[in-house]
Amino acid sequence: MAKMNLLQAINSALDVAMAKNDKVSVFGEDVGHFGGVFRATSGLQEKYGRHRCFNTPLVEQGIIGFANGLASQGSFPIAEIQFGDYIFPAFDQIVNETAKFRYRSGNEFNVGGLTIRTPYGGGIHGGHYHSQSPEAYFAHTPGLKIVIPRNPYQAKGLLLSAIFDPNPVLFMEPKRLYRAAVGEVPEEEYTIPLGKAEVVQDGSDVTVVGWGAQIEVIERAAELAAKDGVSVEIVDLRSILPWDVDTVAKSVMKTGRLVVSQEAPHTMAFGSEVAATIQERCFLYLESPVMRASGLDTPYPLAHEKEYFSDHLKTYEMIKRSLDY
Amino acid sequence: MVSTREKAMAKQMAKDPQKTAVTTELQVIPANALDIPMFQVLKEDGTVHKGAKLPKIEKDLALKMFSTMQFIRVLDERMIAAQRQGRISFYLSSLGEEAAAIGSAAALQFEDMIMGQYREQGALAFRGFTIEQFMNQLFSNAKDLGKGRQMPVHYGCAALNFMTISSPLGTQIPQATGYAFGQKQSGDKTCTLCYFGEGAASEGDFHAGLNMAAVFKVPVIFFCRNNGYAISTPAVEQFAGDGIAPRATGYGMKAIRVDGNDIFAVYAATQEARRLAVEENEPVLIEAMSYRMAGHSTSDDPTGYRTREEEEARRVREPMIRFRNWLVKKGWITEDEADAQYQAHKETVLAALKDAEKVPVPHVDEIINDVYDAPTDALKAQLEELKAHIKKYPDAYPKTSGGVQ
Repeated sequence: MAKMNLLQAINSALDVAMAKNDKVSVFGEDVGHFGGVFRATSGLQEKYGRHRCFNTPLVEQGIIGFANGLASQGSFPIAEIQFGDYIFPAFDQIVNETAKFRYRSGNEFNVGGLTIRTPYGGGIHGGHYHSQSPEAYFAHTPGLKIVIPRNPYQAKGLLLSAIFDPNPVLFMEPKRLYRAAVGEVPEEEYTIPLGKAEVVQDGSDVTVVGWGAQIEVIERAAELAAKDGVSVEIVDLRSILPWDVDTVAKSVMKTGRLVVSQEAPHTMAFGSEVAATIQERCFLYLESPVMRASGLDTPYPLAHEKEYFSDHLKTYEMIKRSLDY
Repeated sequence: MVSTREKAMAKQMAKDPQKTAVTTELQVIPANALDIPMFQVLKEDGTVHKGAKLPKIEKDLALKMFSTMQFIRVLDERMIAAQRQGRISFYLSSLGEEAAAIGSAAALQFEDMIMGQYREQGALAFRGFTIEQFMNQLFSNAKDLGKGRQMPVHYGCAALNFMTISSPLGTQIPQATGYAFGQKQSGDKTCTLCYFGEGAASEGDFHAGLNMAAVFKVPVIFFCRNNGYAISTPAVEQFAGDGIAPRATGYGMKAIRVDGNDIFAVYAATQEARRLAVEENEPVLIEAMSYRMAGHSTSDDPTGYRTREEEEARRVREPMIRFRNWLVKKGWITEDEADAQYQAHKETVLAALKDAEKVPVPHVDEIINDVYDAPTDALKAQLEELKAHIKKYPDAYPKTSGGVQ
């Protein structure tokens, strides 16, 4: 075990994957010698050469189009989109090509080797265009897998699973935690299954579901609730698509209450799907409506970042509202 | 051989703004600085231009190319009729553009990947896609390699190295760059040929794919069929420049403009492009000048956007008669043999059509396969729910209800 921050864990996962299989390559804007604007790909070009870790021209639709082609050829491309906010020029390639490649060809071809890495989320004074959480757009797309880790250990294990999973994976990295989250991470290869949620904290009064950087926020809210004598069960989805309904439903059947805490704007964020599904599955177990702590339905404002954010206090208030209903 | 002029041009490329050559004369580069003629071997009457070099071509190959051309013309004609009769939902004809697809496919190696747009059925037929395979796809039946999931003409076949076609325009262009990058890495001396139309070349993916191919130096041939129309939009409303070929220069890429209706010119151009791609890792843009004699698809009527006179004027340039005349003059086929072959293709197509239309659609269980490598639990649950529903209302779902009894 070694102490690593989230970036180092990502870098370690890429290193392990590239050493393991020479068909793994890493590319994107500034990922080459410079090692990426966040330094996630640091040292990889020196170690594996310019043909396996390289800069691309500044063209997101090209990066993903190129990656689709390379994956369909039988490689394991890991394409970086520098910020989740800049993924939209590639939306067509991801939604119409990546996601449908296997289905539309009747499994004649697939891009299962593809992993798209992109930092997401706010709290870094990034304003509108360096703060968004666009996972819900992609969650509406059958054929994709979407994975969001909450800490360094999770990041490395989930990324290694994503790279070698036989399906294309959108791997969204909580950039706020890149350096802030530090933890014990094995230096060797290990994997964490995709599509499986994890109960991060056992509790009995209310279930709070989240993913990625929001888990840390939920943990702080749970500490506040604990002072009120409220026992919170925390579930980290880890995978947004496909998502682990069973684990969440099991928890809600036990606690009778559900709060979803999410960074993205309230309307049609992934929490809406969680709420709808859980009321179908657990209607008679619910003691109160499913509550959602979300970002506001505004673009992500710079000066009002704190006010916009679904922080621990807003999550704590939702927990109370769920209990006091 | 790199010419001195080419070397000088390479030197002046402004890759490093600090090393740009200096001039004290204010220069405005004319918009039509490049004026690229179209390479032609065969005249419209099928005779060889004086001084033109005919590509080396074996009799068997030439006859295969011609037979494929005749086959595609029959298939296109018959399937448009089938659509008009309501037997299939949609069709796209390649009438008038057969030489571009077949001449280029013939110049490749079988191991080379082909990524098509949707009007290159000739290339697929040349590769060996059978009439049964064509029909199964067109009828979306249980034997379709694509499992009946896509509209007619969205063919694909891994065994023939022909990537499955998708409807969004231009998406295959950067994919071809990526595929060719993988081919280069593998060192197997193959390339990717990517077809698209002059309309699709307006898409951002065109820019993305060509620029990346030039930067990464991958073995890819971008083959633009400039057929004059994007559905109803004429090329003159698509771009102000001199077509597509000059754009290659901006990317630092080689280009060839060729008469797309001259099968020998297309063959020779693609052979040279393949040599550059595979042996020198130089991507090449080929612009094949042609004319879409058909409508865009069965969903539009060209009389709404162009005149009969225009169509008639272009008919003299059509590719098949030109090739046929050459073959006859060469003594490789007689007029009677050519007619008999056309007739034989007609009978084959008709018989296969009748067979394919009797094959049922894929079993409803296929609906959840291939979304992922294996169906998720959620998908399995949705399928069970769907089957229970079909069982309840079998008459409303006649194509699949038989399979869920």
